[in-house]
Amino acid sequence: MAAPEPEAPTTAPTRAKDHSPWNWLLFIPIVVPLIPVFFNGDSPRVFGFPRFYWLQLAFILLGVGTTTLVYQMTKKRGDS
Amino acid sequence: MWRDHLTEIIVFSLLFLLVSAMGFVAARWRAPKDMAHLDEWGLGGRSFGGWITWFLIGGDLYTAYTFVAVPALMFGAGAAGFFAVPYTIVIYPLVFLVLVRLWSVSHRHGFVTPADFVRNRFDSPVLALLIAITGIVATMPYIALQLIGIEAVLKTMGVTGDNALARHLPIIIAFAILAAYTYQSGLRAPALIAFVKDSLIYIVILVAVIYLPYKLGGWGDIFAAADAKFDASPNPNDGILLNGNNQLQYVTLALGSALALFLYPHSITGVLASKNRDVIKRNMSALPAYSLLLGLIALLGYMAIAAGVKPLPGNSAGSVDNNTIVPLLFDQQFPDWFAGVAYAAIGIGALVPAAIMSIAAANLFTRNIYKEYLKRDASPAQEANVSKITSLVVKVGAVACIVFLDPQFSIDLQLIGGVIILQTLPAVALGLYTRWFHRTGLIVGWVAGMGLGMWMLYQVASPTRKHFGGSAFPLSEFGFDTTRTIYVGIVAVAVNLAVAALVTLALRAAKVDEGVDGTEPDDYFADEGDPRVTPGTDRDADSAREPVA
Repeated sequence: MAAPEPEAPTTAPTRAKDHSPWNWLLFIPIVVPLIPVFFNGDSPRVFGFPRFYWLQLAFILLGVGTTTLVYQMTKKRGDS
Repeated sequence: MWRDHLTEIIVFSLLFLLVSAMGFVAARWRAPKDMAHLDEWGLGGRSFGGWITWFLIGGDLYTAYTFVAVPALMFGAGAAGFFAVPYTIVIYPLVFLVLVRLWSVSHRHGFVTPADFVRNRFDSPVLALLIAITGIVATMPYIALQLIGIEAVLKTMGVTGDNALARHLPIIIAFAILAAYTYQSGLRAPALIAFVKDSLIYIVILVAVIYLPYKLGGWGDIFAAADAKFDASPNPNDGILLNGNNQLQYVTLALGSALALFLYPHSITGVLASKNRDVIKRNMSALPAYSLLLGLIALLGYMAIAAGVKPLPGNSAGSVDNNTIVPLLFDQQFPDWFAGVAYAAIGIGALVPAAIMSIAAANLFTRNIYKEYLKRDASPAQEANVSKITSLVVKVGAVACIVFLDPQFSIDLQLIGGVIILQTLPAVALGLYTRWFHRTGLIVGWVAGMGLGMWMLYQVASPTRKHFGGSAFPLSEFGFDTTRTIYVGIVAVAVNLAVAALVTLALRAAKVDEGVDGTEPDDYFADEGDPRVTPGTDRDADSAREPVA
């Protein structure tokens, strides 16, 4: 097992910080799909799909959109 | 019987043999000179880029059992089975936030398992041992479920015998092959095979969801058929929408399963194998493509209703095996060769996660039991060797579960598995953010959560069994005047946290030693190329140079 090394930690330029306010946006795709009042209904139907089904499938896009946005806004600048 | 399915069997076998060959070749794929190191065998050299990680984690989380069981649940219960969709939506933002930190700290310190992290973070071999055992115990039945996925396919093709051994022989052979190439190639085997598996699955599902609605009269008719079936059934909780009683169960099950899934050792193995933080974060926005696939696969359950599929009989007299409905649907609606491709997709879909799971369980044993308690000074080569052998043992155990126990029992065990793996959440997931909890508090919380979870699962009855009948716990058992149900895991982990917090406060007041944190705040942001990580050269050098705690 690796123990903490004796020498003082040096701050490396490669190190990213996680503390970005953008990260809070990620709670949207965590919370929204867990609120049944949004999706637990039949109408309106889309292509024959009751709302229960198409809306939850649409939440996938919400998840993709949000994570992509947060990734783009928080990724390392300059060297990538 | 099986002669009617000859084309399907031939296509299935050919594809199966193709990926088996790939599994053996994988040892040389992206391989270093020296495979005798756990980082190489068990984590693919921690070198996987975006595409490989996408296929690997995707292949890891969406298993053969998912493809068979989710539509089976939709077929039997309706909307409640669709929980898999929100479940796989909420998991990615969670991973984005939490597991990147685990990746960083593991990269920096050379951790291979979540228990390695806990050991260092809380300075407690006992807590680490609990985490490791929990991981192994939860993973075993999960592997067994993969076999149930293959078995559903084989059963539909008529490959079945009169006694237990004959019936399971094809699975034993399949797993022997799997065991051999996992032994040889480690994590590289499932990573390479995942390409084939997912390509096949995407093709099959896209064809199915375009062609089947056309053949069955459109989506409107499919939902109408499902609606009619549930209206006619006596069960009050089925239907194409949720009712007042099972909404809480639906959301807690989705959330609890998401939390559980990313605590499973095999998911963590997939994440740790990626080469940097960027790969993980990018993947979290690309992986939901699989969720879309899963949603469509779930709807195969309704298509089976519309197509009038009758499930094959189960193992005990009078029961039906709903797991066979997807294979039967393909058998009835598609030409034999295409059904064969679909079956191969499901069969191979079982191999990828089974391999990763057995590797993850083996790594836990090696790092947190063998190295911690049996042989302190094990060299990297010895570690790799122990892991390889343990992965074989784990697979034999999973096969034994299927052959000697009622497969239904494995499904129950997996249900329990989800609840017990959730009990590692305070130490592993919260441990990544805070060291506020006292190590002893975490241990006591684990015991409390585990005890309560088991008790609750024991209380849940189903039409066919008195205990362990499901994960929906009636709140009336707690004295609430309601018919609502809640997912056992969420309650158990909440109690676990509460107990851990109370015990922590008590121990802190009593000034009980809380050990030394082996990590620094900066470790949680370390990325590829961090100067404090010494990859490659150092690892291949003599093990004496490795600092020993």
